[in-house]
Amino acid sequence: MRESASAFLFLFLMFTAFAGEAAGNPELRAGVFDPPRAAPDFSLRGSDGSELTLSHYRGKVIALGFGYTHCPSVCPTTLAYLAEARKKLASAAGNFQVLYVTVDPERDSADQLKAFLASFDSTFVGATGTPQQLAAVRAAYGITLSDKIFVDTQPKSTYFLDHSSFIYLIDQGGKLRAMMPFGVSTDDMEHDVKALLSE
Amino acid sequence: MWLATIPRTPTRRGTGDLGPPYPTSSGRDVFCMNHRLRYGVLAMLLIAALGIPAWAAFAPVDSESRDLVYEIPKGTFARRQAGEKFDLIPAAIRLTIGVRDVLVMKNHDDVPQLFGPVLIMPGQSFRLPFRKASTYLFTCPLHTSGLLTIIVEPEPELGWKRLQWRTEAAVQFAALL
Repeated sequence: MRESASAFLFLFLMFTAFAGEAAGNPELRAGVFDPPRAAPDFSLRGSDGSELTLSHYRGKVIALGFGYTHCPSVCPTTLAYLAEARKKLASAAGNFQVLYVTVDPERDSADQLKAFLASFDSTFVGATGTPQQLAAVRAAYGITLSDKIFVDTQPKSTYFLDHSSFIYLIDQGGKLRAMMPFGVSTDDMEHDVKALLSE
Repeated sequence: MWLATIPRTPTRRGTGDLGPPYPTSSGRDVFCMNHRLRYGVLAMLLIAALGIPAWAAFAPVDSESRDLVYEIPKGTFARRQAGEKFDLIPAAIRLTIGVRDVLVMKNHDDVPQLFGPVLIMPGQSFRLPFRKASTYLFTCPLHTSGLLTIIVEPEPELGWKRLQWRTEAAVQFAALL
């Protein structure tokens, strides 16, 4: 009797230890950083016109992306898939926040960002700032950006930009946990956001 | 009687056994052994000729580790600052789903490094698994083209494709020797 009670206790302790470890390190489908570092905070102008800081969203899982409203393909695709992933999260969506930082402050005003993002999901928040502020944020996150690319067939004022197309996932504690490459499925995004929310 | 004229074969070791209706000289034994050996070798060759391709075509594909690891050694930044030019990572990386489909990048240097698509802190590693066969393009300042291409091939299907994949892998391995 005593032996079986000890065996039960041992198994229970093993199970709780394993479950605790599993809960602390959920298996993510995105690319993961080990060890994760604190996501660099920033202070920019939000698409609603107010000051936007990353730390303001502590307690939520954040999908942080970089792009611009004139982007012909990558940004609309990414935002559409983030909107789809958010829908799949259903009741958990309230704890998931998409932040999109412009790489093109020359053309992306706060209003322009707001209108563009709202066409995908009204909860998405954009951020803009001075070229120097945005360059500092890109450097902190390792975001690459090309010079302006002009195309002969387009008017002279029209240009395109090549930029990093992935999405960072920041956990509820503000740690930069993972990177989702462009083109992954909404299921993968949903899976990873849920995993981070369950911690 | 004609029966009486049929010569009797000598009995084997005096046991009364008439033995096989052919002479059992030692030369004939060697002949038989050579025959058996030849058949054995042929059978083994046949088994190998059919068995190895069958194994290659149908055996499950797996590997000890699915990680393909690239590392930035300590002192890389200093070497670059000194004007040395070198590549830490090829411009194109091939992965295969189910076999080697996880790209791992480790930074052992003292400064943050943009390695492939991401910024990796000193002492940090980045593990990127691939679940879908495709060609992925990442901006990468480490390359003159500015691009890192990751070609992720599907898990080789049972049969001809798996055989072809194993043959190519064997040829590549042989080329390295």
